[in-house]
Amino acid sequence: MRAPFTIVFPGADASVAPATPRNVPVSGGPASPTAEATRAQFQGAVVRVTVSRGETALVVDRARLHDIIQWLHDDPAQSYEYLSDLTAVEHRDTARPIEVVWHLRSLRFRRFLRVKVEIPNGAPLEVASVWDIYKGVDWLERECYDMFGIHFSGHPDLRRILLWEQYKEGFPLRKDFPLRGRFSRSEQLKNALAANPEARYSMEELSIANAYSELPAEMRQRLAKGEKTGE
Amino acid sequence: MSQKRTLEVELSTTGLGPDGRPRRVPLVVGGDAGGLALASPPADGPDLEGEHMLINIGPQHPATHGVLRLVLELDGETVVRCIPHIGYLHCGFEKIGEYRQYNQIIPWTDREDYLNSIGNNIAFALGAERLFGIEITERCKVLRVIGAELSRIASHLVWLGTTCIDIGAFTPFLWSFQERENIYNLLEAWVGARMTTSATRVGGMAADIPDKWVEGLVGFIRTFPKTIDECDRVLTKNGIWVGRTAGLGVMTPDEAINWSLSGPMLRASGVAYDVRRDFPYLDYETYDFDVPVGTAGDVYDRYLVRMEEMRQSVRILDQAVKRLPDGPVNVDDPRVILPPKSKATSEMESMIHHFKNVMEGPRPPVGECYVAVESPKGEKGYYMVSDGTSKPSRWRIRPPSFLNLAAIPRMVEGHLLSDVIAINASIDIVMGEIDR
Repeated sequence: MRAPFTIVFPGADASVAPATPRNVPVSGGPASPTAEATRAQFQGAVVRVTVSRGETALVVDRARLHDIIQWLHDDPAQSYEYLSDLTAVEHRDTARPIEVVWHLRSLRFRRFLRVKVEIPNGAPLEVASVWDIYKGVDWLERECYDMFGIHFSGHPDLRRILLWEQYKEGFPLRKDFPLRGRFSRSEQLKNALAANPEARYSMEELSIANAYSELPAEMRQRLAKGEKTGE
Repeated sequence: MSQKRTLEVELSTTGLGPDGRPRRVPLVVGGDAGGLALASPPADGPDLEGEHMLINIGPQHPATHGVLRLVLELDGETVVRCIPHIGYLHCGFEKIGEYRQYNQIIPWTDREDYLNSIGNNIAFALGAERLFGIEITERCKVLRVIGAELSRIASHLVWLGTTCIDIGAFTPFLWSFQERENIYNLLEAWVGARMTTSATRVGGMAADIPDKWVEGLVGFIRTFPKTIDECDRVLTKNGIWVGRTAGLGVMTPDEAINWSLSGPMLRASGVAYDVRRDFPYLDYETYDFDVPVGTAGDVYDRYLVRMEEMRQSVRILDQAVKRLPDGPVNVDDPRVILPPKSKATSEMESMIHHFKNVMEGPRPPVGECYVAVESPKGEKGYYMVSDGTSKPSRWRIRPPSFLNLAAIPRMVEGHLLSDVIAINASIDIVMGEIDR
């Protein structure tokens, strides 16, 4: 008989008692000690440290991102073991770079950190996946790809998640995407009617079972030709 | 693989004990078989290994709690692989938010996690206030705590009722929905709406509580624990309930942290992380409440954690009622708060403020912030980026159900098909929040 789980108490090594933040300055203020430590460890890879509303953001070099997050996760003095969120930001001023943002929490020290990577205009939208560090990032990276078209190299299964796999209109949260969608209503309707109603299962799912042999012959031929399916 | 433990349960087949209740018997749950411990299968049994089967659950299925679709690969009745499909309810909230002023976004927050509308309103308003650099009034803080805790109880009650239905118990569903109705009556008397409350504004609330409202709340605080005790008496030691929930969908503490679970899912796995206590907001550090933690990380522990959270919410409500101060609800800041109507029609400055606030909207300084609150589902965060205009240039929702659901392939692996329903129910998903 195995013992029950050992309870993990956050804030075991925190220096201050938690309190509701008051009169948070709009910008500036003391940066998290993590910023200095990361700078000491990675020197030039930390491009910039900004503090907005009391939250420290590290803007880091895209090539070193995976190393930095791995270090933040593993280093016992940092211990950012919890990934809160991953998202991307495209500014209205399209001359500004697209930012990919990771929100990390250290449960042990009760700290919060924002890590950012800037993708300059014209550069390929690609950053390293941190799926091997945080399993929870799986769907977040898929959503970020779905909405912004950012590729996370190293993600095991990067496909659309909220939109269907055959979605043709592009990436909705990009600023050049109009609010009502790219296609006219008639085009959207035409596409919906032309969609393959049998394509409810992806090839991966069909390969699960022995369901492939039970498909209609015509559909099997289409699949053999490499037609993409799935919702 | 779950830990083995022995629970004492009432089984009606064992006859009645001296207290008139069914006798209690020890039941071994967990172990490598998962669920109830089974004797090892006979070695010379027939070879039942056959082809794997593909089965589709949803998107229109009552037990998926919304439009969730699960594609399962089954070996006999055992799940080998699970591929979830989401997005059937996607309506682009985050995109629409970029075209709306801050106060205009608040009605959208009602509609994502629609069982916790008021909690979302509060979370969004807190985020926007951090962005604007506004400190809200003491009365507003306490009212928000009351709203957040009421909606936490309402959301947990829906979870309890629907999970009971999924697992086969009908009565607690009626009890919990009756109590939920009481909460919605209170909210209706306060803000005029039951589910889509839109209760907050940047810098305050849409409305102060009406006269005598506190008496209604005190009545609820007095009667509600009885309902919880009743549900507890019916379920906690019930042999069928324990058999259908214990040992299922186990996540260890390390796994739960690594998979970014939050809320009761994370706490049932033995991680005492609660945003209210570890990263407090609304002065939660001054309230006296416990953070319940599970020790086995299974569906049964998630049930226990949520039941205890409802009791703790009642404790917080009780303290909030006692400390509710008098005073204004809205901050005295004409940048964000509309002047009273009488002044707007009689004073020039007030009319200008009213006009600018409505037509142009308040403009926060350039910058960004991420504000998280403890929603009934887990850590609910809003990340807002302002470029100095009256509309956010990015508004991001951190949906706790989305991240909790992402772990379902890991949790259902190796369990029976019927257990998939119980595990899915234990995540407490709201598809409005997942698909946004």
